[in-house]
Amino acid sequence: MEYFIQQLVNGLTLGSIYGMIAIGYTMVYGIIGMINFAHGDIFMLGGFAALIVFLILTGLFAGIPVVVALLIMLIVAMLMAGLWNWTIEKVAYRPLRGSFRLAPLITAIGMSIALSNFIQVTQGPRNKPIPPLVSSVYNVFGISISLKQIIIILITVVLLSVFWYIVHRTPLGRAQRATEQDRKMAALLGVDVDRTISVTFVMGAALAAVAGTMYLMYYGVVVFTDGFIPGVKAFTAAVLGGIGSLPGAVLGGLLIGLIESLWSAYFTIAYKDVATFSILAIVLIFKPSGILGRPEVEKV
Amino acid sequence: MTNITSRHEGAAGDLTARALREALYAGLISLGLFVLFVGLKSDQNIRNELILVPRWGLLAIFVVIAMVGRFLMIAYLQPFLASQKVVNAATGMLPDSMASRFFRLPFFIAAVVVSAVMIAAARGLPDNIAAYATIIRGLAIIYSLACLFYMFRIFITTHFTVLAVAALVLYPIVIVAIFGAQGSLKWVDNFGIQILIYVMLAWGLNIVVGLAGLLDLGYVAFYAVGAYSYALLSSTFGLSFWVLLPMAGILAAFWGMILGFPVLRLRGDYLAIVTLAFGEIIRLVLLNWAEVTNGAAGISGVAKASVFGIWSFDVSAPNNFAKAFGLPMSSAYYKIFLFYLILALALLTAFVTVRLRRMPIGRAWEALREDEIACRSLGINTVTTKLTAFAIGAMFGGFAGSFFAARQGFVSPESFVFLESAVILAIVVLGGMGSLVGIAVAAAVMVGGTEILRELEFLKHIFGPDFTPELYRMLLFGIAMVVVMVWKPRGFVGSREPTAFLHERKAVSGSFTKEGHG
Repeated sequence: MEYFIQQLVNGLTLGSIYGMIAIGYTMVYGIIGMINFAHGDIFMLGGFAALIVFLILTGLFAGIPVVVALLIMLIVAMLMAGLWNWTIEKVAYRPLRGSFRLAPLITAIGMSIALSNFIQVTQGPRNKPIPPLVSSVYNVFGISISLKQIIIILITVVLLSVFWYIVHRTPLGRAQRATEQDRKMAALLGVDVDRTISVTFVMGAALAAVAGTMYLMYYGVVVFTDGFIPGVKAFTAAVLGGIGSLPGAVLGGLLIGLIESLWSAYFTIAYKDVATFSILAIVLIFKPSGILGRPEVEKV
Repeated sequence: MTNITSRHEGAAGDLTARALREALYAGLISLGLFVLFVGLKSDQNIRNELILVPRWGLLAIFVVIAMVGRFLMIAYLQPFLASQKVVNAATGMLPDSMASRFFRLPFFIAAVVVSAVMIAAARGLPDNIAAYATIIRGLAIIYSLACLFYMFRIFITTHFTVLAVAALVLYPIVIVAIFGAQGSLKWVDNFGIQILIYVMLAWGLNIVVGLAGLLDLGYVAFYAVGAYSYALLSSTFGLSFWVLLPMAGILAAFWGMILGFPVLRLRGDYLAIVTLAFGEIIRLVLLNWAEVTNGAAGISGVAKASVFGIWSFDVSAPNNFAKAFGLPMSSAYYKIFLFYLILALALLTAFVTVRLRRMPIGRAWEALREDEIACRSLGINTVTTKLTAFAIGAMFGGFAGSFFAARQGFVSPESFVFLESAVILAIVVLGGMGSLVGIAVAAAVMVGGTEILRELEFLKHIFGPDFTPELYRMLLFGIAMVVVMVWKPRGFVGSREPTAFLHERKAVSGSFTKEGHG
C-alpha cells in the first residue's frame, strides 16, 4: 500500500510537469487548430535557459539562497521561452495561417528539428547534469516525499490558478476565448486576433518553460533531445483530456503521469513509453474528443 | 517638379529611418534570443562540473547579421521586389521573367571564366586563401549550371523523364571514369544511393499522402519492417535477397493494413499523430524485444545482395563478381550494383504510381483526397480505398527497407527514429504532394544538400580547425523545411496534371487541390 501511494506521489509530480506542457498544446490547438510540434522543444529550451541561469548564479553569487535562485531561473526561463515562441510564431507560423492545413504542421516539425539541433550545436550534444538544488526528503507515514516534489506540485497549483484567472477573468482571456470560438467574428468585434494568438503562444511557452525548469530540478539533467518524448507525452495528455480544454489538459497530464509511474512500478519499465503511445492511439481512435473535450461536429 | 523630387527624397528618408528602426528591433530581439544560448556555452571542466564559457564575439556576429539582414531587406530588397512587379506589369512580362534578368548570357560566360580561373588558381595558393577560392568557384559552378538549365529549360521540361533516367544510368559510369573505382565510392554511395533511397521512400509515402491524402507520420515503421524482415530472415534461414525482397514488401504491406485498419475513421492531424504513435511503438518494440531483434545493438553481418544469385559480392565466395570478370578487388562494384538496384526499385515505384493513377483505384484515391464525403456518397468503398493506399505505400517502404539492410549490412532501431519519418514527409510536401518530379528534386536538394556539408572540409581553413560542418546538417535541414514551407507552401512543383479531365488537359495550380482530410 505504501509502495502504491509512493508511486501516486511520484506520478502526480510527473503529471504536473506534463500537464503544464499540455496546456501549451491545447491552447494553440484550440485557438488556431494547429498541432504545435515544436512545443516540446520550447520546453527543452526553457530547461536549458534555466540551466544556464543556474550556472551564472552559482558562478557569480556562490551563496545565493535556493529560493531566490529558483525564482530567477523560473522568470528568466519563462521570458526566454516566451520570446522564442513569439518569434517562431511570427516568422514561421503566421505567414501560413491562411494556407492549407498541413502547412503549419510541417513547418512546426521543421522548427522542432531546427530548435533541438540549434541547442545541440550551440550547447553541445552531451547530458548537462547539475548538482541537486534541494535535497531534503520528508517521511510522512512511511512515504518519502521530497521537497522537490512539494515545490513542483505547489508551483503547478499556483501557476494554474494564475493562468485560470487570466483566461477566465481578464479582458485578455476573454479575447482568447472569443478567438478560439470564432476567429473571424472576434476580429469583426474588435479583438486584435494576431496579438491574441501571439499572447497565447507566449503564455503556452512560459508554462512549458516552467515545466522545463521543474524537469531540470527534478531529474538534475537536461539534454538537447529532451523535447521529443516529454513533448509527445504532453500531447497525449492534451488529447486524453480532450484537446482544446484547459482543465482537460491538466487532468490528462496527471493521468499520464500516474499511468507512467504505475506502469513502471508494476510492469516493465522498458515498455513505459509504449504504454503512453498506445494510450494516445487508443484514445484518438475510440474517443477523439477525450475526457472533457467537446465532440467535433462535422459540417458538410 | 521640385515638389515631386522632394517627396521622393522624403520617402527615401522615411524608408531609411524605418529600415534603421526595424534593424534595431531585429538586433534587440536576436540579442534576447541568443544571449543565453549563443553568448554562453555550458561546458564540462576536468572535474566533470559544468562551467560557462562566454562567446560574446559570436553573439555579436549573430546580432550584427540579424540587424544588417533586416536593414537590407527593408531598405533594398522589398522596394526592389516591388519595383520589379511594376516593371513586369509595364513590360507585360510574366512574373518569372525575374529569372530571365538573372540568368543572362554575359553573366554565364563570366561565371564559367571565373570557375575556370579559380580551378587553375587554387593550386598555387595557401590553404586559407584557397578556401575562399573554393567557395567562389562553387558558387560560380552552381550559377553556370543553373544558367544552363534555364537556357535549355524548354528542351529539359519536354524530355525530362528520358533525360533524367539517362543521366542517372550514366552517372556511375561517368563518376568511375572521372574518379576511378576507389574514388567513385563516395559519390555513388553518399550521393547516389543515399538520395535514391529517399526518393524511393518519398515516392512510396507519396501514394499515401500525396494521392490518397492520408497524412502518415509513421512511415518509417514500414521501412523498419522491411529492413528487419530481411535481416532476420536472411540470417536465420539463409534466404537470398531476391527471395526476401518481395517477402519484405508483402510483410510491410501486411503491417500497413494492420496499422491502417484502426485509423480508418480518423482524419487530418489526428491520423498523423496516431501513425506517429504506431511508428514509435514499432521502434520501441524493436528496441526492447532483445530476444528476437538483439535490442539496441542491432543485427550486424546482414548478407549482401547478389546479382540474381549468379555473381556474389562476398570476398570469399567462388563466384565473386570481381574474380569472375578478372577485375581488381574493390568494394566499388557492390556500390555501383546497389546504385542500379535502387534506381530500378525507385523507377518501379514511379511506374506503379503513374499507372495506378490511371486506374480506378488511383482515381478513387485522388477523389478521397479531395472530398471523402462526396466519395462515399458516390459509392466508393472508402475502407478498401484507404487500406490499399496504406498497403501499397507500405510495400514500397518495405522494399526500400530490405534494400537498406542489404546496403548497410547492419540494422538497428537507431535508423528508424521519428526524425526519418519527418524527413521523408518533408520531402513529399516540399516537392509538392503528388508530383513525382517535384519530390525527386526535393529529395536531391534536401538530402544531397545536407550530404554536401560533409564535403566542405575547406571551411575549416576559414572558421578554424574545430569547425565541423556536418554538425549543422539537421539544423540546416530544419531551417530549410521552414523556409521552403513559408516561401512556397505548395512545394517546389506547385501544379498538378489532372489524370481525369474534360476536353483538354490543363495543369491546375496546387492551391486549388485540397490536402487530405481523409
